[in-house]
Amino acid sequence: MTELTLASAITSGLRHALAQDDRVVIMGEDIGRLGGVFRVTDGLQRDFGADRVMDTPLAEAGILGTAVGLAYRGYRPVVEIQFDGFIYPAFDQIVAQVAKLHYRTRGVVRMPITVRVPYGGGIGAVEHHSESPEAYFTHTSGLRVVTCSNPQDAHWMVRQAIASDDPVIFFEPKRRYWVKGEVEDAMQAAPPLDRARVVMEGADVTLVAYGPLVATAIDAAVAAADEGVSVEVVDLRSLSPVDFETVEASVRRTGRLVVTHEAQQFGGLGAEIATSVTERCFEHLRSAPVRVTGHDVPYPASRLEEHFLPDLDRLLDGIDRALGRVNSLTGWSAPAGRPA
Amino acid sequence: MSSVVVSSSREVDAASGAPHDEPTRLQRPGEQLVTMLAPDGTRHPNPPLDHFVADLTPERLLALHEDMVTVRRIDMEGVALQRQGQLGLWPPLLGQEAAQVGSARALRSDDFVFTSYREHAVAYCRGIAIDTIMPMWRGTAASGWNPFEFGMAPPAIIIGAQTLHATGYAMGCAKDGVDSTAIAYFGDGATSQGDVNEAMVFAATYSAPVVFFCQNNHWAISEPVGLVARRPLADRAPGFGIPSMRVDGNDVIAVMAATRWALERARSGDGPSWIEAVTYRMGPHTTSDDPSRYEDPLEREEWAAKDPIDRLERHLEQLGVLGDAHRAAVKEKADATAAAMRAACVGLPDPEALKLFDHVYTEPTAWLNRQRSQYEAYLAMFEGGDEA
Repeated sequence: MTELTLASAITSGLRHALAQDDRVVIMGEDIGRLGGVFRVTDGLQRDFGADRVMDTPLAEAGILGTAVGLAYRGYRPVVEIQFDGFIYPAFDQIVAQVAKLHYRTRGVVRMPITVRVPYGGGIGAVEHHSESPEAYFTHTSGLRVVTCSNPQDAHWMVRQAIASDDPVIFFEPKRRYWVKGEVEDAMQAAPPLDRARVVMEGADVTLVAYGPLVATAIDAAVAAADEGVSVEVVDLRSLSPVDFETVEASVRRTGRLVVTHEAQQFGGLGAEIATSVTERCFEHLRSAPVRVTGHDVPYPASRLEEHFLPDLDRLLDGIDRALGRVNSLTGWSAPAGRPA
Repeated sequence: MSSVVVSSSREVDAASGAPHDEPTRLQRPGEQLVTMLAPDGTRHPNPPLDHFVADLTPERLLALHEDMVTVRRIDMEGVALQRQGQLGLWPPLLGQEAAQVGSARALRSDDFVFTSYREHAVAYCRGIAIDTIMPMWRGTAASGWNPFEFGMAPPAIIIGAQTLHATGYAMGCAKDGVDSTAIAYFGDGATSQGDVNEAMVFAATYSAPVVFFCQNNHWAISEPVGLVARRPLADRAPGFGIPSMRVDGNDVIAVMAATRWALERARSGDGPSWIEAVTYRMGPHTTSDDPSRYEDPLEREEWAAKDPIDRLERHLEQLGVLGDAHRAAVKEKADATAAAMRAACVGLPDPEALKLFDHVYTEPTAWLNRQRSQYEAYLAMFEGGDEA
């Protein structure tokens, strides 16, 4: 057990994968000598060589497309996309090639490609550096889409993603890169890659979060407890497939659902989770599911992002909505201590 | 229609008039195309390339002739099957037999082929049974053969995507320290795509043993090559540090020589090469379009005079080896292949409904299993019962 930042827990996971399987190759922009712009691949090229840890040309479609060819050849490419907003040039290769080849060839061709993407806002970045594009990929059959919220999951999940014979889009919450936590190397205790986790138990409301917002959700649950509301926080971990069994079991206990994500609301994960839970256990719901998400606008300039990103107060407001308490929709007057 | 002619002549002017400051084109000054077999069937020597085809005995030339006649017959059958409603779509290869057969027959079985959707002749030359080519076009499966059995990926419909796959595969060959190669087939239209240009960047960066085989058939559906190319397509590669050759794509001998030149470079560690096989699409883009709306009939007539099969036949006649027995045997084989193709096509059963859910992931997910069970239950309502 070592204390690591989330970023270095991923580095450690990559190091294990490189050491354990010589068909694993890491590819990306600036990942070699620089160690990546977030230093997640720091030291890997020095230790495993430029043939295994490859600096690539600045061409995202090129990175993904050549990864497809390497996978045909039996390699397990681990691709780094430098920032969330840079993944779009590779979109065709991911959704039309990587995701489909196993299905098209009726199981003959496997694409064990892991695409690592630092994602999400909250670091005061410029345009194209703060986006949450996960819904584009969860909408694509054939891809597994996962995200982590803490160093331990980051370490285990990146190793599981690389070991998976399916393509995995691995979203890394960049504003949590520097958060520290205890990390166990051994994989025995690791939950399966597609399993959600109840991180805080509660009785009144299920709050589903993932990636960067899990920490905010926990803060909200603690704050709600001060007001006498017991919130159960579920860390989704896998965004496709979603572990609905865990979410559904929680909602059956609490009778209320709040889903939160940084991404825009329309057509997002929140819509899918709210609908699926409603279909599965409508009779257990005591109120309509609530979404607390980014607004349906392009990711804004950084001086506005605090208004875009769900925060503690917006989550509490969402919980109030689920509880039928006074909230922003029913006519809310801000009490002292909350922003007007 | 005149714009087509203008576009074509602009390309020719550029080819002959502009200086080539890159020494990497294996062409003599003023020579527009590498041609070893003239349209009248005369074999012209080509000292830099002759040794690549020194093994082409009359017997081997007869075999290439048989290949080309057979794939033309396959192609005709594909068009007919589509017209009769048996296939959803067919992209004809008429006119491109020499480009496809000459290059594919230059490959080794351990080379890996990544094609677009028109390369039925390449599939044939890889030994892929014709009945495994049909499911994709009939719509009974998304692809047919096992790519690893024949060293050939399923066709890529998205234009140019496969050039990156070939480059990545070739990078893997280099990493593995083997002298296998990858070849990417694509058309003139694909050279506009970012993927093709990125493939050249990656291939040059990693010195990947990949052959870029561009069949310039002059048309990207209805758009003439002159619309997108101000200079010969072969001129693009040297800018990426990749040597190129512009070859007569209707000359099976020259195509084979050019491909072997590129393969030899790849196998000996010299990296990627680019071949522009200049040919002509003698039919529509697919059975869905209508070339009479955009094509100049005179231009097609010009190209008909350069037909790849006629040209080889004239050469074989000059060699005195094209007898009636060979002609009859070839025709018989071609007809039999087409008949087998038709039988395989119309005999393809529709897949079972629940196959829909297979192979989305290597390991099934709870989500999809649930959806499958629900649909299975839905279908079961109709079994043996009154569907109304």
